[in-house]
Amino acid sequence: MAQAAIELIGINKSFGAVRANRDINLEIARGTIHGIVGENGAGKSTLMSILYGFYQADSGEIRVGGNPASIKTPNDAIALGIGMVHQHFMLVDNFSVLENIILGAESDALLKRSIAKARSELERLEREYGLDVDPDAIIEELPVGLQQRVEILKALYRGAEILILDEPTGVLTPAEADHLFRILKQLKDQGKTVVLITHKLREIMAITDTVSVMRQGTMVATRETRKTTVEELAELMVGRRVLLRVEKGEAEAGAVKLAVKNLTVKDSRGVTMVDDISFDVRGGEIVGIAGVAGNGQSELLEAISGIRRAVSGSVMLDGKPIDLTGAADPGELRDRGLAHVPEDRHHVGLVLAFEENENSILGYHDDPRYLRGPFLNVDAIMADARDKIEKYDIRPGNPRLKTANFSGGNQQKIVLAREIEQDPGVLIVGQPTRGVDVGAIEFIHKRLIAMRDQGKAVLVVSVELDEIRSLSDRILVMFAGRIVGERGPEATEGELGLLMAGVERQEAAA
Amino acid sequence: MSTPYAKLPAWADYGLIPLINLSVAFIVAGFVVLLVGENPFRAAVILVEGAFGKGTGIAFTLFYATTFIFTGLSVAVAAHCGLFNIGTEGQAYIAGLGIAIVCLSFDSVLPWWLTFPLAIVASAAVGALWALIPAYLQAKRGSHIVITTIMFNFIAASIMVYLLVGALKPAGSQAPQTRNFLAGAELPKLNWIIELFGAKIRSAPLNVTFLLALAMAFLVWLLIWRTKLGYEMRTYGHSPKAARYAGISETRIIITAMMISGALAGMMALNPVMGDQHNVAIDFVSGAGFVGIAVALMGRLHPVGIVLAAILFGMLYQGGAELAFEMPAISRDMIVIIQGLVILFAGALEHMFRPYIQALFASFSPRSVGMEAVKGKGA
Repeated sequence: MAQAAIELIGINKSFGAVRANRDINLEIARGTIHGIVGENGAGKSTLMSILYGFYQADSGEIRVGGNPASIKTPNDAIALGIGMVHQHFMLVDNFSVLENIILGAESDALLKRSIAKARSELERLEREYGLDVDPDAIIEELPVGLQQRVEILKALYRGAEILILDEPTGVLTPAEADHLFRILKQLKDQGKTVVLITHKLREIMAITDTVSVMRQGTMVATRETRKTTVEELAELMVGRRVLLRVEKGEAEAGAVKLAVKNLTVKDSRGVTMVDDISFDVRGGEIVGIAGVAGNGQSELLEAISGIRRAVSGSVMLDGKPIDLTGAADPGELRDRGLAHVPEDRHHVGLVLAFEENENSILGYHDDPRYLRGPFLNVDAIMADARDKIEKYDIRPGNPRLKTANFSGGNQQKIVLAREIEQDPGVLIVGQPTRGVDVGAIEFIHKRLIAMRDQGKAVLVVSVELDEIRSLSDRILVMFAGRIVGERGPEATEGELGLLMAGVERQEAAA
Repeated sequence: MSTPYAKLPAWADYGLIPLINLSVAFIVAGFVVLLVGENPFRAAVILVEGAFGKGTGIAFTLFYATTFIFTGLSVAVAAHCGLFNIGTEGQAYIAGLGIAIVCLSFDSVLPWWLTFPLAIVASAAVGALWALIPAYLQAKRGSHIVITTIMFNFIAASIMVYLLVGALKPAGSQAPQTRNFLAGAELPKLNWIIELFGAKIRSAPLNVTFLLALAMAFLVWLLIWRTKLGYEMRTYGHSPKAARYAGISETRIIITAMMISGALAGMMALNPVMGDQHNVAIDFVSGAGFVGIAVALMGRLHPVGIVLAAILFGMLYQGGAELAFEMPAISRDMIVIIQGLVILFAGALEHMFRPYIQALFASFSPRSVGMEAVKGKGA
């Protein structure tokens, strides 16, 4: 049995009322590649930030190499031989590779000697681990895969024995990712310990020895990789919570209300996030888009709702095209009957500093009902807000209260009430119940199904498989920007989990 | 969670905290007075008496306050839209040009009550246009508004100097200023209001612009909290993403907010130019635009707070002048230091004492700071 490189014992960490880590126990064996999987917000990054000294745990103990360690800053972590490669690189773009590597580890007041020393050390590291990078290349001229290699070299230069990689393949092409895995295996062979944080199950299966699954701040399981399966991990990740099945009848799908054709969308870094997607949503049906977070769902929603520019393709709303050039006015789309409940209600769907009644008109503040000439019709707005508060059971029922003081579930109800009460023809909803208390989930689901039963077209994107399965009449699975499969609501969790993990080919044969 | 500071009762938020900040500023200022060998308590008495002791003092205090109300409102309107307008100084300065044109053209033909509305429109229009250029550059080109408005202060100053030593200067005059306005461009004084309360006034520049400033404070309140435009500005100010989601045009809202801000800055020029000096002279704004930033911050961007903060700064200006006169060791520069300390503690370090006060409140009565909102189990 290999000796433990790192032991975490009873780690707890809260941010305000949110318990990001609760009572985490984890043992990482020396000389292994240990994967940590979990959905966004499961607490993986928080845990690693505690290990690397960005945060302090509220309680619990960290042992490195069997000895209790106090890690208060990243410097403490480095001194203990822990290195971290961040999801977003911490490199100075206009410095050379060598300059970046010695940054913060300069051993002399004058750079010359540090650089000479670093150069010979770097050459040794590159030979030993097969990490070829030109030491004099300027960072911004290097492709992303090589930049990541520099990050790894930086950690090794500082004497890292334990290397933590946070979502390392998110920005890599498949070929670059394969190369990275070869490097990681080589590091392991040299006796280094690697901790790989990811939500991509394929990577876990490909290179880890052990895998731990986190969900909602807790460590739910640790498995030997060769003794587990993608299905089991997906199930552990998504969680087998109480199935919140809301009663619903057969869908009576009508005419196509929303038609997406060959849509391609890039994010701000130029990475293709939505890759040539086509699908229809008909009146009277709920189409659910399942997928692990970060596979292009957010960009898809933003493009359809006119917030983000699309590269190519078309979206038809009631047979008429939506402007995808980025000049689309979300207000005009609202007038055409497209309502949008955004994924990020804190920054997009709501203004948290506003009073509840002010948020209940956001996006519809042009509506003459709420105006008296150029002035806000405060009486009408308040009456309207009270009406929605009653209908949607928003608590506390005070329209003058600051929105930030409502719970997640009630904030979501404020958004839903606003969008649904406008009686739109098409409703698109991102993460309908993220961060929403269990009581409100059922209510929200019922509302969405009621919309469907009125003949509206509803498009739901969610990372919660249970939710997708209980709401949808048709399920589309997104992986790496593409729709990799369509299933009916009777699809099993395992089946969808495989599609979500991007292993559709084996599945297609079955 | 996102607003860790938003959990105090309103009276503490708007009353107690500014008061504490102000007190600390005066205590530190007291040490500075001590350092130059004067008695800080006597200095404080002279300062307050100079500002409020006599009718003339009160009139001067309110005259200065008028100027600061305009610049404070100007900064606040932009700030509600998430824009930091540092160009109030230049917008006010260049607005002097609009006033000069109106006054020099009409002061011999129109009575003041006709010249005044024309001058209001001219000053607001010129100020707004001066703010339009940085606003356009921000909205369309992404040039940072802080940088461009600072630069436009210099450009405004250069233009005004060029005109005041050239085209606007009467032939043969040695002074870099316009000719003095005739009676048709002189605003009536408001000193009689203070005299109603029994105080005596020798001569003081308090004029009808003060009433215009109060009216503008009310209109700004109406704009920000009661109109659709104000709603859109606040939405953009709090969250540009939410504004995009709500279909609010970024370009339109930035340009509109900055033009309103510039118009308010421009109207500031009416007070010294038509109310006091009766000419447009070099550097007549003399830093009032920058004081406006402190006034807006101290007034928590609310018109009522801005009026109160403007009066406080008016007091510092007027009382400070008396102090420099009474205590030779305290020069004009000392007054600037005291004003600087007030700006430092009330503006820049606004939140310094807040966590302690919050902890104090929490230990007395958890309910008053909204603790009941987090009862039960965590999310």
